[in-house]
Amino acid sequence: MKMLVTAVSLCAVLLSAGCTTPTTGSGPEPGTAGEPPVGAALSRSNPVDDRLFQALGGHAGIEALSESFVRELAADEVTRAFFTRTDITRFHRLIQEQLCVESGGGCAYTGEDMRTAHAGLGIERRHMNAVVEALMRAMDKEQLPMSTQNAVLALHAPKRADVLDE
Amino acid sequence: MKPYPTLLAAMLLLPGLASASGNSRIIATGGATAVEGAAGGGLVPWALLSGYGDRGEAGATAFASVVRVDDYALEVVGASVAIDNRVELSMAKQRLDIDSVIPGEQLEQSIIGMKLRLGGELIYDAGPQWALGVQMKRNDAFDVPAAVGARHDSGVDLYLSASKLWLHGPFGRSAFLNGTVRATRANQTGLLGFGTQGNRRYEAVAEVSAGLFLNRHWVIGAEYRQKPDKLAFAREDDWKDVFIGWFPTKNVSVIAAYADLGSIAGQDEQRGAYLSLEIAR
Repeated sequence: MKMLVTAVSLCAVLLSAGCTTPTTGSGPEPGTAGEPPVGAALSRSNPVDDRLFQALGGHAGIEALSESFVRELAADEVTRAFFTRTDITRFHRLIQEQLCVESGGGCAYTGEDMRTAHAGLGIERRHMNAVVEALMRAMDKEQLPMSTQNAVLALHAPKRADVLDE
Repeated sequence: MKPYPTLLAAMLLLPGLASASGNSRIIATGGATAVEGAAGGGLVPWALLSGYGDRGEAGATAFASVVRVDDYALEVVGASVAIDNRVELSMAKQRLDIDSVIPGEQLEQSIIGMKLRLGGELIYDAGPQWALGVQMKRNDAFDVPAAVGARHDSGVDLYLSASKLWLHGPFGRSAFLNGTVRATRANQTGLLGFGTQGNRRYEAVAEVSAGLFLNRHWVIGAEYRQKPDKLAFAREDDWKDVFIGWFPTKNVSVIAAYADLGSIAGQDEQRGAYLSLEIAR
Protein backbone atom coordinates (compact mmCIF):
# COMPACT_ATOMS: atom_id res chain seq x y z
CA MET A 1 0.00 0.00 0.00
CA LYS A 2 2.73 2.40 0.97
CA MET A 3 4.61 1.73 -2.24
CA LEU A 4 1.44 2.34 -4.23
CA VAL A 5 0.86 5.70 -2.58
CA THR A 6 4.50 6.52 -3.19
CA ALA A 7 4.26 5.67 -6.85
CA VAL A 8 0.99 7.52 -7.38
CA SER A 9 2.09 10.71 -5.66
CA LEU A 10 5.44 10.69 -7.43
CA CYS A 11 3.72 10.30 -10.77
CA ALA A 12 1.35 13.14 -9.93
CA VAL A 13 4.24 15.44 -9.14
CA LEU A 14 6.19 14.52 -12.25
CA LEU A 15 3.15 14.88 -14.48
CA SER A 16 2.18 18.25 -13.14
CA ALA A 17 5.77 19.43 -13.29
CA GLY A 18 5.82 18.53 -16.96
CA CYS A 19 2.61 20.38 -17.76
CA THR A 20 4.17 23.77 -18.12
CA THR A 21 2.25 25.33 -20.92
CA PRO A 22 2.80 29.06 -21.29
CA THR A 23 -0.20 30.61 -19.62
CA THR A 24 -0.84 33.75 -21.57
CA GLY A 25 -1.52 33.83 -25.28
CA SER A 26 1.01 35.67 -27.36
CA GLY A 27 -0.03 38.58 -29.47
CA PRO A 28 0.19 38.83 -33.24
CA GLU A 29 3.57 38.55 -34.92
CA PRO A 30 5.61 41.72 -35.00
CA GLY A 31 4.85 43.88 -37.96
CA THR A 32 1.36 42.59 -38.70
CA ALA A 33 -0.59 45.56 -37.45
CA GLY A 34 -0.46 49.26 -38.09
CA GLU A 35 -2.00 51.71 -35.67
CA PRO A 36 -3.53 49.80 -32.77
CA PRO A 37 -5.94 48.76 -31.55
CA VAL A 38 -8.40 48.27 -34.46
CA GLY A 39 -7.88 46.08 -37.48
CA ALA A 40 -5.54 43.34 -36.38
CA ALA A 41 -8.00 41.51 -34.19
CA LEU A 42 -10.87 41.73 -36.64
CA SER A 43 -8.93 40.50 -39.63
CA ARG A 44 -8.06 37.20 -37.93
CA SER A 45 -10.16 34.10 -37.74
CA ASN A 46 -9.01 33.64 -34.14
CA PRO A 47 -9.64 36.85 -32.22
CA VAL A 48 -6.54 38.04 -30.40
CA ASP A 49 -6.69 37.58 -26.67
CA ASP A 50 -6.17 41.13 -25.44
CA ARG A 51 -7.26 40.59 -21.85
CA LEU A 52 -3.78 41.27 -20.49
CA PHE A 53 -3.51 44.39 -22.66
CA GLN A 54 -6.78 45.64 -21.17
CA ALA A 55 -5.70 44.66 -17.64
CA LEU A 56 -2.53 46.69 -18.08
CA GLY A 57 -4.67 49.70 -18.87
CA GLY A 58 -4.22 49.72 -22.65
CA HIS A 59 -1.67 52.00 -24.27
CA ALA A 60 -1.79 54.57 -21.47
CA GLY A 61 -1.25 51.92 -18.81
CA ILE A 62 1.62 50.33 -20.71
CA GLU A 63 3.27 53.70 -21.23
CA ALA A 64 3.04 54.45 -17.49
CA LEU A 65 4.34 50.99 -16.55
CA SER A 66 7.23 51.25 -19.00
CA GLU A 67 8.18 54.61 -17.60
CA SER A 68 8.12 53.30 -14.02
CA PHE A 69 10.17 50.29 -15.13
CA VAL A 70 12.82 52.47 -16.78
CA ARG A 71 12.95 54.64 -13.66
CA GLU A 72 13.44 51.58 -11.45
CA LEU A 73 16.17 50.21 -13.73
CA ALA A 74 17.95 53.57 -13.57
CA ALA A 75 17.60 53.83 -9.81
CA ASP A 76 19.05 50.37 -9.06
CA GLU A 77 22.84 50.25 -8.98
CA VAL A 78 23.01 46.72 -10.38
CA THR A 79 20.80 47.35 -13.40
CA ARG A 80 21.91 50.96 -13.99
CA ALA A 81 25.37 49.78 -15.06
CA PHE A 82 23.91 48.11 -18.15
CA PHE A 83 22.32 51.25 -19.48
CA THR A 84 25.24 53.67 -19.55
CA ARG A 85 25.38 53.62 -23.35
CA THR A 86 21.72 52.95 -23.99
CA ASP A 87 19.46 55.28 -25.96
CA ILE A 88 16.87 55.48 -23.18
CA THR A 89 14.17 57.01 -25.38
CA ARG A 90 14.45 54.13 -27.83
CA PHE A 91 14.64 51.58 -25.01
CA HIS A 92 11.51 53.04 -23.44
CA ARG A 93 9.68 52.80 -26.77
CA LEU A 94 10.76 49.21 -27.36
CA ILE A 95 9.66 48.17 -23.88
CA GLN A 96 6.23 49.64 -24.61
CA GLU A 97 6.04 47.92 -27.99
CA GLN A 98 7.04 44.61 -26.49
CA LEU A 99 4.54 44.79 -23.65
CA CYS A 100 1.85 45.80 -26.13
CA VAL A 101 2.63 42.95 -28.54
CA GLU A 102 2.86 40.33 -25.80
CA SER A 103 -0.29 41.40 -24.03
CA GLY A 104 -2.31 41.19 -27.22
CA GLY A 105 -2.50 44.91 -27.89
CA GLY A 106 -1.80 44.48 -31.58
CA CYS A 107 1.31 46.64 -31.90
CA ALA A 108 4.45 46.11 -33.93
CA TYR A 109 7.78 45.42 -32.24
CA THR A 110 10.54 47.23 -34.09
CA GLY A 111 13.55 46.15 -32.03
CA GLU A 112 15.98 43.28 -32.38
CA ASP A 113 15.12 39.86 -30.98
CA MET A 114 15.97 39.31 -27.32
CA ARG A 115 19.09 37.24 -27.93
CA THR A 116 20.62 39.75 -30.36
CA ALA A 117 19.68 42.73 -28.23
CA HIS A 118 21.40 41.32 -25.14
CA ALA A 119 24.37 39.58 -26.77
CA GLY A 120 27.75 40.32 -25.24
CA LEU A 121 26.38 42.42 -22.38
CA GLY A 122 27.61 39.92 -19.84
CA ILE A 123 24.23 39.60 -18.14
CA GLU A 124 24.39 37.09 -15.31
CA ARG A 125 21.63 35.54 -13.27
CA ARG A 126 22.01 38.03 -10.45
CA HIS A 127 21.65 40.91 -12.92
CA MET A 128 18.54 39.32 -14.36
CA ASN A 129 17.09 38.91 -10.87
CA ALA A 130 17.60 42.63 -10.29
CA VAL A 131 15.74 43.40 -13.53
CA VAL A 132 12.83 41.20 -12.43
CA GLU A 133 12.71 42.97 -9.08
CA ALA A 134 12.75 46.35 -10.84
CA LEU A 135 9.78 45.22 -12.91
CA MET A 136 8.00 44.05 -9.75
CA ARG A 137 8.56 47.41 -8.08
CA ALA A 138 7.32 49.20 -11.18
CA MET A 139 4.16 47.10 -11.27
CA ASP A 140 3.63 47.77 -7.55
CA LYS A 141 3.99 51.51 -8.21
CA GLU A 142 1.38 51.27 -10.95
CA GLN A 143 -0.83 49.37 -8.50
CA LEU A 144 -1.48 46.54 -10.91
CA PRO A 145 -3.45 43.65 -9.42
CA MET A 146 -1.45 40.56 -8.45
CA SER A 147 -2.89 38.41 -11.25
CA THR A 148 -1.90 41.00 -13.87
CA GLN A 149 1.59 41.25 -12.39
CA ASN A 150 1.93 37.47 -12.41
CA ALA A 151 0.78 37.29 -16.04
CA VAL A 152 3.47 39.81 -17.05
CA LEU A 153 6.14 37.91 -15.12
CA ALA A 154 5.06 34.56 -16.56
CA LEU A 155 5.26 36.05 -20.05
CA HIS A 156 8.84 37.15 -19.55
CA ALA A 157 10.25 34.32 -17.43
CA PRO A 158 10.95 31.96 -20.37
CA LYS A 159 13.02 34.68 -22.09
CA ARG A 160 15.70 34.62 -19.43
CA ALA A 161 17.64 32.00 -21.35
CA ASP A 162 17.94 34.37 -24.34
CA VAL A 163 19.18 37.22 -22.19
CA LEU A 164 21.74 35.44 -20.02
CA ASP A 165 25.31 35.57 -21.19
CA GLU A 166 26.52 32.13 -20.13
CA MET B 1 14.70 26.42 24.36
CA LYS B 2 17.96 24.91 25.55
CA PRO B 3 21.02 26.62 24.12
CA TYR B 4 23.11 24.56 21.73
CA PRO B 5 26.29 26.60 21.79
CA THR B 6 27.90 25.33 18.60
CA LEU B 7 24.78 25.76 16.55
CA LEU B 8 23.96 29.11 17.98
CA ALA B 9 27.45 30.31 17.16
CA ALA B 10 27.03 29.01 13.65
CA MET B 11 23.68 30.72 13.36
CA LEU B 12 25.38 34.00 14.15
CA LEU B 13 28.51 33.41 12.11
CA LEU B 14 27.26 31.86 8.89
CA PRO B 15 25.02 34.70 7.79
CA GLY B 16 27.89 37.09 8.54
CA LEU B 17 30.28 35.13 6.34
CA ALA B 18 27.94 35.28 3.40
CA SER B 19 26.82 38.85 3.83
CA ALA B 20 29.17 40.24 1.24
CA SER B 21 28.03 37.84 -1.41
CA GLY B 22 24.61 39.08 -2.37
CA ASN B 23 21.11 37.69 -2.32
CA SER B 24 19.58 38.39 -5.69
CA ARG B 25 16.98 35.64 -6.02
CA ILE B 26 13.33 36.66 -5.86
CA ILE B 27 11.64 36.84 -2.47
CA ALA B 28 10.33 33.56 -0.99
CA THR B 29 12.29 31.42 -3.49
CA GLY B 30 14.51 30.27 -0.62
CA GLY B 31 11.51 28.69 1.04
CA ALA B 32 11.46 28.12 4.76
CA THR B 33 13.48 25.59 6.74
CA ALA B 34 12.04 22.14 7.26
CA VAL B 35 12.43 20.38 10.63
CA GLU B 36 15.57 18.55 9.52
CA GLY B 37 17.36 21.78 8.57
CA ALA B 38 17.08 21.73 4.77
CA ALA B 39 15.34 24.46 2.80
CA GLY B 40 11.77 23.36 2.35
CA GLY B 41 8.41 23.65 3.93
CA GLY B 42 7.77 22.63 7.51
CA LEU B 43 8.08 18.86 7.32
CA VAL B 44 9.39 18.28 3.79
CA PRO B 45 12.73 19.24 2.19
CA TRP B 46 12.31 20.93 -1.19
CA ALA B 47 14.47 21.15 -4.31
CA LEU B 48 15.10 24.85 -3.82
CA LEU B 49 18.19 26.00 -1.93
CA SER B 50 18.21 28.08 1.24
CA GLY B 51 18.72 31.82 1.24
CA TYR B 52 18.68 34.01 -1.85
CA GLY B 53 22.07 33.51 -3.48
CA ASP B 54 22.18 32.81 -7.21
CA ARG B 55 25.22 31.88 -9.30
CA GLY B 56 28.26 33.72 -7.96
CA GLU B 57 26.53 34.42 -4.66
CA ALA B 58 26.15 32.72 -1.28
CA GLY B 59 23.16 32.77 1.01
CA ALA B 60 22.80 31.75 4.62
CA THR B 61 19.98 31.10 7.03
CA ALA B 62 19.38 30.38 10.68
CA PHE B 63 16.13 29.07 12.06
CA ALA B 64 14.25 27.95 15.14
CA SER B 65 11.05 25.89 15.07
CA VAL B 66 8.64 24.55 17.65
CA VAL B 67 5.96 21.93 17.17
CA ARG B 68 3.69 21.65 20.20
CA VAL B 69 1.33 18.67 20.00
CA ASP B 70 -0.89 17.08 22.63
CA ASP B 71 1.73 15.12 24.59
CA TYR B 72 5.03 16.32 23.16
CA ALA B 73 6.98 19.37 22.12
CA LEU B 74 9.58 19.27 19.34
CA GLU B 75 12.14 22.05 19.31
CA VAL B 76 14.62 22.54 16.47
CA VAL B 77 17.40 25.03 15.83
CA GLY B 78 19.77 25.09 12.91
CA ALA B 79 21.57 26.97 10.20
CA SER B 80 22.53 26.60 6.55
CA VAL B 81 24.66 28.04 3.80
CA ALA B 82 23.98 27.74 0.09
CA ILE B 83 26.67 28.48 -2.46
CA ASP B 84 26.16 29.40 -6.11
CA ASN B 85 22.54 28.22 -5.89
CA ARG B 86 24.16 24.82 -6.34
CA VAL B 87 25.09 23.32 -2.97
CA GLU B 88 23.35 23.70 0.38
CA LEU B 89 24.95 22.66 3.66
CA SER B 90 22.77 22.56 6.75
CA MET B 91 22.74 21.45 10.32
CA ALA B 92 19.95 21.06 12.79
CA LYS B 93 19.49 19.95 16.34
CA GLN B 94 16.15 18.43 17.35
CA ARG B 95 14.86 17.86 20.83
CA LEU B 96 11.57 16.09 21.55
CA ASP B 97 10.34 16.57 25.08
CA ILE B 98 8.62 13.32 26.17
CA ASP B 99 8.32 14.30 29.81
CA SER B 100 4.57 13.65 29.81
CA VAL B 101 5.16 10.01 28.82
CA ILE B 102 8.46 9.23 30.52
CA PRO B 103 9.13 11.87 33.19
CA GLY B 104 12.43 13.66 32.75
CA GLU B 105 13.20 12.09 29.37
CA GLN B 106 13.81 13.70 26.03
CA LEU B 107 14.78 12.43 22.60
CA GLU B 108 17.47 14.24 20.66
CA GLN B 109 19.16 14.07 17.30
CA SER B 110 21.67 16.08 15.29
CA ILE B 111 21.40 16.30 11.52
CA ILE B 112 24.01 17.35 8.98
CA GLY B 113 22.47 17.90 5.58
CA MET B 114 23.79 18.43 2.08
CA LYS B 115 21.73 19.22 -0.97
CA LEU B 116 22.89 19.48 -4.57
CA ARG B 117 20.81 21.22 -7.21
CA LEU B 118 20.96 18.86 -10.17
CA GLY B 119 19.38 21.24 -12.65
CA GLY B 120 16.35 23.24 -13.60
CA GLU B 121 15.25 26.55 -12.21
CA LEU B 122 12.21 26.95 -10.01
CA ILE B 123 10.75 29.95 -11.83
CA TYR B 124 12.40 30.41 -15.21
CA ASP B 125 12.54 26.93 -16.69
CA ALA B 126 9.59 25.08 -18.12
CA GLY B 127 10.40 21.99 -16.08
CA PRO B 128 11.01 21.69 -12.35
CA GLN B 129 14.14 22.34 -10.34
CA TRP B 130 15.75 19.07 -9.23
CA ALA B 131 17.87 18.42 -6.20
CA LEU B 132 19.49 15.43 -4.56
CA GLY B 133 19.93 15.55 -0.81
CA VAL B 134 21.47 13.57 1.99
CA GLN B 135 20.81 13.86 5.71
CA MET B 136 23.29 12.33 8.12
CA LYS B 137 21.55 11.85 11.44
CA ARG B 138 22.85 10.95 14.84
CA ASN B 139 20.59 10.14 17.76
CA ASP B 140 21.99 11.86 20.85
CA ALA B 141 19.79 10.19 23.47
CA PHE B 142 19.73 6.56 22.42
CA ASP B 143 18.72 4.90 25.72
CA VAL B 144 15.00 5.12 25.12
CA PRO B 145 15.18 4.25 21.39
CA ALA B 146 17.37 1.23 22.19
CA ALA B 147 14.98 0.13 24.92
CA VAL B 148 12.03 0.13 22.52
CA GLY B 149 13.85 -1.88 19.86
CA ALA B 150 15.79 0.54 17.64
CA ARG B 151 18.94 -0.97 16.15
CA HIS B 152 21.20 1.94 15.20
CA ASP B 153 21.90 5.29 16.82
CA SER B 154 22.76 6.88 13.50
CA GLY B 155 21.41 6.76 10.00
CA VAL B 156 21.43 8.35 6.59
CA ASP B 157 18.45 9.56 4.56
CA LEU B 158 18.81 10.10 0.82
CA TYR B 159 16.22 12.10 -1.10
CA LEU B 160 15.39 13.39 -4.56
CA SER B 161 13.20 16.49 -4.85
CA ALA B 162 11.48 18.30 -7.69
CA SER B 163 10.07 21.81 -7.15
CA LYS B 164 8.17 24.01 -9.56
CA LEU B 165 6.60 27.44 -9.28
CA TRP B 166 4.00 28.56 -11.78
CA LEU B 167 4.07 32.35 -11.73
CA HIS B 168 0.59 32.72 -13.18
CA GLY B 169 -1.23 29.79 -11.66
CA PRO B 170 -4.80 29.27 -10.40
CA PHE B 171 -6.74 32.48 -9.68
CA GLY B 172 -3.85 34.40 -11.27
CA ARG B 173 -1.76 33.53 -8.22
CA SER B 174 1.65 31.85 -8.17
CA ALA B 175 1.40 28.16 -7.35
CA PHE B 176 4.07 25.89 -5.96
CA LEU B 177 4.45 22.14 -5.98
CA ASN B 178 7.19 19.96 -4.56
CA GLY B 179 7.60 16.22 -4.60
CA THR B 180 10.27 14.41 -2.64
CA VAL B 181 11.13 10.73 -2.61
CA ARG B 182 13.23 9.63 0.34
CA ALA B 183 15.07 6.45 1.16
CA THR B 184 15.12 6.02 4.93
CA ARG B 185 15.03 3.55 7.77
CA ALA B 186 14.56 6.15 10.49
CA ASN B 187 12.03 5.68 13.27
CA GLN B 188 10.11 8.94 13.81
CA THR B 189 12.66 10.67 11.53
CA GLY B 190 15.47 9.31 13.74
CA LEU B 191 14.28 10.58 17.10
CA LEU B 192 13.61 6.90 17.92
CA GLY B 193 16.75 5.65 16.21
CA PHE B 194 17.19 3.78 12.95
CA GLY B 195 15.97 0.33 11.92
CA THR B 196 14.96 -2.40 14.32
CA GLN B 197 16.57 -5.62 15.43
CA GLY B 198 14.61 -7.52 12.79
CA ASN B 199 14.28 -4.89 10.07
CA ARG B 200 17.22 -2.93 8.75
CA ARG B 201 15.81 -2.33 5.30
CA TYR B 202 15.55 1.10 3.72
CA GLU B 203 12.10 2.15 2.54
CA ALA B 204 11.10 4.60 -0.18
CA VAL B 205 8.65 7.17 1.10
CA ALA B 206 6.95 10.05 -0.73
CA GLU B 207 6.55 13.58 0.51
CA VAL B 208 4.44 16.23 -1.19
CA SER B 209 3.97 19.94 -0.59
CA ALA B 210 1.71 22.39 -2.38
CA GLY B 211 1.35 26.11 -1.90
CA LEU B 212 -0.43 29.12 -3.31
CA PHE B 213 0.98 32.62 -3.02
CA LEU B 214 -1.77 35.10 -2.10
CA ASN B 215 0.74 37.79 -3.01
CA ARG B 216 4.56 38.02 -2.90
CA HIS B 217 4.64 37.94 0.88
CA TRP B 218 1.96 35.47 1.93
CA VAL B 219 1.64 31.83 1.01
CA ILE B 220 -0.77 29.12 2.14
CA GLY B 221 -0.29 25.43 1.60
CA ALA B 222 -0.26 21.86 2.81
CA GLU B 223 2.19 19.02 3.15
CA TYR B 224 2.10 15.27 3.44
CA ARG B 225 5.03 13.16 4.50
CA GLN B 226 5.02 9.36 4.44
CA LYS B 227 7.04 7.62 7.12
CA PRO B 228 8.18 4.08 7.69
CA ASP B 229 6.59 2.14 10.55
CA LYS B 230 9.21 -0.30 11.76
CA LEU B 231 9.20 -0.36 15.56
CA ALA B 232 6.94 -3.05 17.04
CA PHE B 233 6.31 -1.32 20.37
CA ALA B 234 4.21 1.48 18.92
CA ARG B 235 2.68 2.55 15.65
CA GLU B 236 4.19 5.36 13.57
CA ASP B 237 2.01 7.50 11.31
CA ASP B 238 2.57 9.72 8.30
CA TRP B 239 2.89 13.44 9.05
CA LYS B 240 0.85 16.26 7.54
CA ASP B 241 0.28 19.95 7.99
CA VAL B 242 -1.47 22.99 6.62
CA PHE B 243 0.57 26.16 6.74
CA ILE B 244 0.61 29.88 6.23
CA GLY B 245 3.91 31.57 5.47
CA TRP B 246 4.87 35.20 5.72
CA PHE B 247 7.90 36.66 3.90
CA PRO B 248 7.91 40.35 4.85
CA THR B 249 11.46 40.78 3.49
CA LYS B 250 14.22 38.54 2.17
CA ASN B 251 15.78 38.61 5.63
CA VAL B 252 13.03 37.08 7.69
CA SER B 253 10.18 34.62 7.31
CA VAL B 254 7.64 33.13 9.65
CA ILE B 255 5.72 29.92 9.09
CA ALA B 256 2.74 28.96 11.20
CA ALA B 257 1.07 25.61 10.70
CA TYR B 258 -1.34 23.11 12.12
CA ALA B 259 0.50 19.81 12.18
CA ASP B 260 -0.84 16.28 12.56
CA LEU B 261 2.00 13.99 13.64
CA GLY B 262 -0.28 11.00 14.25
CA SER B 263 0.77 8.43 16.78
CA ILE B 264 4.13 8.87 18.53
CA ALA B 265 5.45 6.29 21.01
CA GLY B 266 2.00 4.99 21.84
CA GLN B 267 0.29 8.36 22.15
CA ASP B 268 -2.25 8.72 19.35
CA GLU B 269 -3.53 11.80 17.56
CA GLN B 270 -0.62 14.11 18.26
CA ARG B 271 -1.81 17.35 16.73
CA GLY B 272 -0.97 20.95 17.37
CA ALA B 273 0.70 24.14 16.38
CA TYR B 274 3.92 24.52 14.40
CA LEU B 275 5.81 27.79 14.42
CA SER B 276 9.07 28.52 12.62
CA LEU B 277 11.21 31.63 12.36
CA GLU B 278 13.98 31.97 9.79
CA ILE B 279 16.58 34.67 9.37
CA ALA B 280 18.26 34.82 5.95
CA ARG B 281 21.03 36.81 4.36
